[in-house]
Amino acid sequence: MNECGESADSRIRTKQGALQSRLDRRFSAETAMEELDEIFSEFLIEANEVLDQFDRDMVELEKDPSSRTLLDGIFRGIHTIKGTSGVLGLDKLVSISHVGETLLCRMRDGEMRLTPESTTALLAMSDSLRQVLGAIAASGSEGDGDFSALIRLLTSLLDPQHTSSEPAAPSTDLPAANQSMAAAALTPAQDPPPETAPPASVKTETAREQKDLGGDALGNTIRVDVTLLDKLMNLVGELVLARNQIMQLTSVQTEPALTGAAQRLSHITSELQSSVMKTRMQPIGTIWHKLPRLLRDLARGCGKEVELITEGAETELDRTILEAIKDPLTHVIRNAVDHGIETPEQRSRNGKNPAGQLTLRAYHEGGKVNIEIRDDGAGVNLDAVKRKALERRLIEPGEADRMSERELLSLIFQPGFSTAQQVTNISGRGVGMDVVKTNITKIGGTIDLQSTPGQGTTLTIKIPLTLAIIPALIVTSASNRFAIPQVSLVELVRLEGEAAAHAIEYIHNTPVYRLRGTLLPIVYLDQELGAAARQTKEDGQAITIVVLQTESNVFGLVVDEVNDSEEIVVKPLGNLLRGLSCYAGATIMGDGRVALILDVMGLAQKARVVGEQRTRTTETVVEKTQMDMELESWLLADLGGARRVAIPLDRVHRLEEFPASAMEWSGNQSVIQYRGEIMPMISVAQLLGMARISEPAATMQATVVSRGDRRYALLVDRIVDIVEQQIVVDPSRKTALCAGSAVIEEHVTDVLDVEGIIDASLFHTAELLTAQAGSC
Amino acid sequence: MAHQMCTFVLDRLLFAVEVERVQEVIRYQDATPVLTAPDSIAGLINLRGQIVTAIDLRRRIGLREREQDARPMNIVVRAAEGAVSLLVDEIGEVVEVDPESFEPLPETITGSMRTTTSGVYKLEHALLHALDLAATLQISAAPDGHLSKREAD
Repeated sequence: MNECGESADSRIRTKQGALQSRLDRRFSAETAMEELDEIFSEFLIEANEVLDQFDRDMVELEKDPSSRTLLDGIFRGIHTIKGTSGVLGLDKLVSISHVGETLLCRMRDGEMRLTPESTTALLAMSDSLRQVLGAIAASGSEGDGDFSALIRLLTSLLDPQHTSSEPAAPSTDLPAANQSMAAAALTPAQDPPPETAPPASVKTETAREQKDLGGDALGNTIRVDVTLLDKLMNLVGELVLARNQIMQLTSVQTEPALTGAAQRLSHITSELQSSVMKTRMQPIGTIWHKLPRLLRDLARGCGKEVELITEGAETELDRTILEAIKDPLTHVIRNAVDHGIETPEQRSRNGKNPAGQLTLRAYHEGGKVNIEIRDDGAGVNLDAVKRKALERRLIEPGEADRMSERELLSLIFQPGFSTAQQVTNISGRGVGMDVVKTNITKIGGTIDLQSTPGQGTTLTIKIPLTLAIIPALIVTSASNRFAIPQVSLVELVRLEGEAAAHAIEYIHNTPVYRLRGTLLPIVYLDQELGAAARQTKEDGQAITIVVLQTESNVFGLVVDEVNDSEEIVVKPLGNLLRGLSCYAGATIMGDGRVALILDVMGLAQKARVVGEQRTRTTETVVEKTQMDMELESWLLADLGGARRVAIPLDRVHRLEEFPASAMEWSGNQSVIQYRGEIMPMISVAQLLGMARISEPAATMQATVVSRGDRRYALLVDRIVDIVEQQIVVDPSRKTALCAGSAVIEEHVTDVLDVEGIIDASLFHTAELLTAQAGSC
Repeated sequence: MAHQMCTFVLDRLLFAVEVERVQEVIRYQDATPVLTAPDSIAGLINLRGQIVTAIDLRRRIGLREREQDARPMNIVVRAAEGAVSLLVDEIGEVVEVDPESFEPLPETITGSMRTTTSGVYKLEHALLHALDLAATLQISAAPDGHLSKREAD
C-alpha cells in the first residue's frame, strides 16, 4: 500500500494541511464556527464534483481499461475524498472510500484488472458516497445508512486473486484501516473504523498530474453564489429601464453633451446586460456529463449495448432552463434505451450494429436552442400505439384508423400512455412522456417526435435561451397594458370598416371568426379578465385579433390595441396573486409602470377554448353546441342565384374548403378523400334541380354532415352565416329534401332535410347523375 | 414593556402595525390593477424594480370606499409573502403603546374587521386598532365583506 500513498499528490497534502490548520484554529477561536461551516460546504461541493468526474472516468475506463491517466485520475479523486473526510472526522465516508481506494490501487499497480463487476461495484460506491454527502448537506451528520454490504462486496472483489494475507497489503501509513479491513472481510457487518490521519511522507508528483487535479486547480474561474448572479440580473434589468427613460427624456432636447452621454450610457448598458446574461449561461454539457454513467446503468439493466455520441455540448443555456430540462432529458433518454434501442440479438438479426447509437445534439437556431435526441432503434410501433390508445380509451375505435401517423405519434404525449410491453424498473413508472411535454411547455419550449420504423426515433426539443428576458407583444385592453410572450403568438389580424362589422360570428353563444375558412374561437380579453361589459362596438370600429397558439389549440384574442413588441424582464408575482391562472408574471415597462404578462395557456383554459384533450377547435365548438340545443342554430348557405338554404347546425360536423382538383370519382359518385376515408360529395344545388349558373370555382365550400359513422360533404356556393333563432317553417313547401321554407334574415330560405338529402343523393347516384330530381 | 407601533388613518379610524414590520413608506403611486384578483387587491406597484402587491386596506377591512381623487399612501411591510404594500389614507406617528391598555375586540364587531384586527389599544385620546398583519394578508378569492365597485375604465 505504500505505493498508493506515495502516489498521492502533494497538492492534496497541502490542502489537507491547510484544512488541518484551519481546524486547529477553530479550537482557539469561538468565532470560527462559521469557518467550519464554510469548510464543510466547500468540501461538499468539491466532493460532489470529484464524484461526477469519477463516474465519467469510470465509464471511460471501462472502454479503455489500459488508460493509465484515467486510472490515476480516478484513484486521486477517491483518495482526496478519503483524505479530507478523515480530517473532518467523517467516518462513514472514510470507510467506504477506503475499500474502493484499495481496489483501485491494486488495479493501478497492475495486480488486478478492471472487470464489469468491479466497475459496477465502484460506481455503487460513488453512489453511496453521494448518499452520505447528501445526508451531511441535509442534516449535518452522515446519516444512518448501512453500507456494510457494499464494503463487503468491494472487499470480496479484492480477495479472489489475493487470498488470505498478501504481503503487500498492510502499509506503514495506513495500518489501522487495513487491519480493520481484513476484519471487515471476516465480520462483514462492521464498518471499519476511520483512518486516523492522512499519510505524511509523500513524494511529490510530476507537474503534469498536478495540473489536472480535480476541480480546484488555480484557473481563471471563480465560484460565485447564484443568488448574487440573480441579483445582478435584477439590477441590470432595472438599469435597462432607467436607461430607456433617460433615452426618452433626452430625445426631446438638443443639448449635444447630454445626448452624447445618454448614447454612451445606452451602449454600456446593453453590453452590461448581455455580459450579465452570459454569466448565467452554462454549457448544456454540464447536464450531459452525467449521461455516460446513466446510459451504462440503463444499458446493463436491459441487456443492451448503447454508444453515446454528443454534439454541441458547448451550447449555452440559462441555468434555470438547464435545471428545468434535466429531468425531462433523463426521462427521454431512459425511454430511448428502454423502448427504442433493440437488444443486440435483434439488432444483429436486422443487420444493424449490435451496439445501438444514441446521439445527443444541441445547437442554436433562431434565438432558440434545439436539442435532438436520436436513437437508431426500432422506431415507434404505430400499431402498438394504436392498440394501447384504444385500450386506454384515449381514442375511439373508428378514430384510430383515420388518424395520420403524426396524430398517432402525438398520442405518446397523452397522459396515461406508455407503450412498454411490460413495466420495467427503468421507464414505465407511470411517469410518461406527458410529463416531459408538460415540463418542456412550462418553460416555453416545444417537443416534436419523428420516427421511422426500423430506423429509429428522433425527438426534438426546442427551448428558449433564457426565461429571464423574453420577447413579448404589448397589447392594451380595458385601458391596461399586457405582455403576451412572443412564443405563443401566431399572427395578428386587424379588421376595419365593413369587414369589422360582421367579422365575429356566433355559434350559439360562442364567438368565432373565420380565419382563411377555418373557424377560430374568439376570446375577448377584457371580458375574460372581468372588466366592465364592453360598450357596444360601433359599426366600422376596428377589431384587433391576436391569434395565439397553445399546445394543441389556436384561438383569437380580441384586444383594444396592439402597441409594440419588446424584450421584457419577467418578474414573479407575489404570493398573494399566485393562484391567478391568467397571468404568468409581471414586468416593468419603460415608463416604470407594471404590466402583467398573460399566461396564454391559463387564459385558454379559463375561456375554455382548450376543451378535452386533442379535440380540434371547431369540433369542440360544434360539440358544445350539440349539448345545449335549446335555441335552434342554423347554418346559412348560398347556392348561387339568390337561393339560400339553412342546415340545422347540430347536423353540421365541420365546415371545410376543398380545392376543386381534390374531387375524384367512385362509380357515379363524386367523392373526396377526407381524413383517411372516402366521403361522398353531394351538390345541393344539383339535387334541388338548380341549373349551374356560375362556373365551378377553384375551391369548393363544403358542410360536412354525418349519418351513422359515415360523413357526407354537402357542397354549397358560399357559407353565409350561422344564426341562432327560432324559425317558423312554412310546411306547405315541404318536400323530400326540404322541411319547408322560412324567412331568415330577410331572405326566403329553404330549410334542408339532411336525411332526405343524403337519401336522395344515394338514390340519385343509383339512378345515374343525369336523372333530375324534382325541385323543392 | 412598551412597544412601538406605526400608526395610520383609515376612514378617520386610527390603525397601527408593529414598527419592525414596516420596511418603508412611500408616496402614492399608480398601481396596475390585476383584473381577476380579489377586490381588496389594489394592484401592482414598482418598488425600485421589485414588483409589490398593493392591498387596499379600506376594502380589506370592510370600510367605506375612498374618494375617487384620494391619493393613498403606501406602507410597505415585510411579510412571509415578501414585501406587500398597504394603501392607507394618511400616515401617523410612531407611538409607544402599553400592552396593559390592550383589549380584544368586543363581540359586537364582526366581518372583515374582526378577522383583520386583533384588538385595540386604549390611548388617551383615541382607540388604536392593531392590525393583524398575517390575517390581513390571507386574502381568499371570495369577495370581501365590503362590496366594492371595480374601476371600470
